[in-house]
Amino acid sequence: MKIIACIKQVPDSEAKVKAEGGQVTWGDAPLVINPFDEYAVEGALQQKEADGGTVTALCIGPESAREALKHALAMGADDAILISDPAFSELDTIGAARVLAAAINKIGSADMVVFGRQTLDNGAGLTPAQTARVIGWPMLSWAGQIKVEGGSVRVERVIEEGRVTVSAKLPAVISVVQSIGEPRYPSFMGIRKASKATIPVWSLGDLGATAPEAVVKRTELMNPPVADTASEIITGDTPQAIAETLVEKVLAEKVL
Amino acid sequence: MKTFVYIDHFKGEIQPASWEAIGLGKSLGSVSAIVFGSGVDAITKAAFEHGADEVFVADDPALADYRAEPYAATLSALASSHASSSPAAPLSAGPDLILFPTTARTRELAAMSAVDLKTGVLTDISALEANGDELIATRPIYEGKVLEKTICTGKPVMATIRGRAFPKPEPDASKTGTATKVEVKADALTTVEGYSASESAVNLGDAGVIVSGGRGVSNNPSLQPPAGMDEKQVEIWRAQQGFALITELANVLGGAVGASRAAVDGGYIPYSHQVGQTGKVVTPDLYIACGISGAIQHLVGMRNAKLVVAINKDSDAPIFKQARYGVVGDLFQIVPALTEAFRKKLGK
Repeated sequence: MKIIACIKQVPDSEAKVKAEGGQVTWGDAPLVINPFDEYAVEGALQQKEADGGTVTALCIGPESAREALKHALAMGADDAILISDPAFSELDTIGAARVLAAAINKIGSADMVVFGRQTLDNGAGLTPAQTARVIGWPMLSWAGQIKVEGGSVRVERVIEEGRVTVSAKLPAVISVVQSIGEPRYPSFMGIRKASKATIPVWSLGDLGATAPEAVVKRTELMNPPVADTASEIITGDTPQAIAETLVEKVLAEKVL
Repeated sequence: MKTFVYIDHFKGEIQPASWEAIGLGKSLGSVSAIVFGSGVDAITKAAFEHGADEVFVADDPALADYRAEPYAATLSALASSHASSSPAAPLSAGPDLILFPTTARTRELAAMSAVDLKTGVLTDISALEANGDELIATRPIYEGKVLEKTICTGKPVMATIRGRAFPKPEPDASKTGTATKVEVKADALTTVEGYSASESAVNLGDAGVIVSGGRGVSNNPSLQPPAGMDEKQVEIWRAQQGFALITELANVLGGAVGASRAAVDGGYIPYSHQVGQTGKVVTPDLYIACGISGAIQHLVGMRNAKLVVAINKDSDAPIFKQARYGVVGDLFQIVPALTEAFRKKLGK
């Protein structure tokens, strides 16, 4: 099994992200591997453990994104590739899918490409399915469980309504959700290995690709309106008294 | 403006935001609804009743289960065949816009179809303005901590709308029509082998009332856990008793059960209940937070609720800053009392 885990680097989920002067800022909050992509690496490593093979971590991003790749290496990925090019500043999801598809083809003979279900920054969740469409492989979205049998893969998709079992022939693109299992912590040996690893950088030229023109463009950034909430603490002698006062207040708001 | 609206359903169960999408499309011009599946006459009828000017139907056993590839191929073929037809026949001209409710299925379907149609998708939009020919959408980024206005320069513009962000048209049973059959592209790459319903179907996006629990639901000291459990099992057992109280309150209010990330990470409840993680911004009329301290992701996920009530032992919990009404107290006493008080007042 040759498995590729696609990851991205994003500001930490605890970061106070704001729109400031037409830019998105997050102060001195750290950049980390996209939390959903940690599950992707975990899912990929589980498959490697079950069926043997290798896991390659693949990331589009600036030089700083090496740190996210090192995290994947420390978790247990065998190698890592950074795709970096100044032309990527305007990349939309389809552009990212085309770049990733080119890289997947350049790596060659992959059996499985694993993504997290979405990133914390853009949050569109489109790139996995668009990558599958560009390379013409089956797409298995929102997998909570992956099982490879012979040349096929069966996943349990976790969707709003329940769990759907879906199978496809390999190679396939899979996006995973949290049910795949808690991402493992990097081991001491893993961290040492990651710190020594050389991570090749591929440019658009290396991929034999030209910069995809963005179809989706941002025109404005805003901070969400902050609700002007005057809080009122309800008190009373007993829980029943508090509850009755609260119910009256809630019903008086006429939202129900 | 000509809008196609994809009516998303799972085994005939229609996503209510599909109707909201029809309403949005009608406010911009004409609407053609799109219904895929097998045996979908009832959905077609409902689409006319909710205001669709015409309905395109692909009713075929090959589409019985939702599968990304045949659905995307059928949609792409439909949108592109109409793109080339005569402008003299406005109803069969190509769409300027394709709208979807935002679900796991539609994110995937729209994503793939956009590749075929060489256009883009604006996901989870909460507003859409027309500026001449240009459509400007508002959507959340960074888990909703920031909003962006965004455009799609391809045609048609594709967008998935957030539930409850746009008005829902009232159905009118007198509105009927004849559906137009469309060609099915059955190029499936996947096989659906089975389905198991979740114990409680969770649809937080469409819920008018959400009662949520956090880490605090596992802290009821008065409960005596069954013998033979280890520490973690005891914690989860306690939390499940806590969520049972929350579920009762949600049931009396006809609402859904939500959870904080801490509760989900603790293994108390499936993550499909989680509020305030990417993609799970909720906008109910009433949000009751029980034992939730209010981490930033959670606050971002629920702060657009019309009315927020917080119950927490810690008077300094950040959740109180977002709440119109707060109770500083023990949720294990307050929540059952609240259930009883609502039951009496609402006559249930």
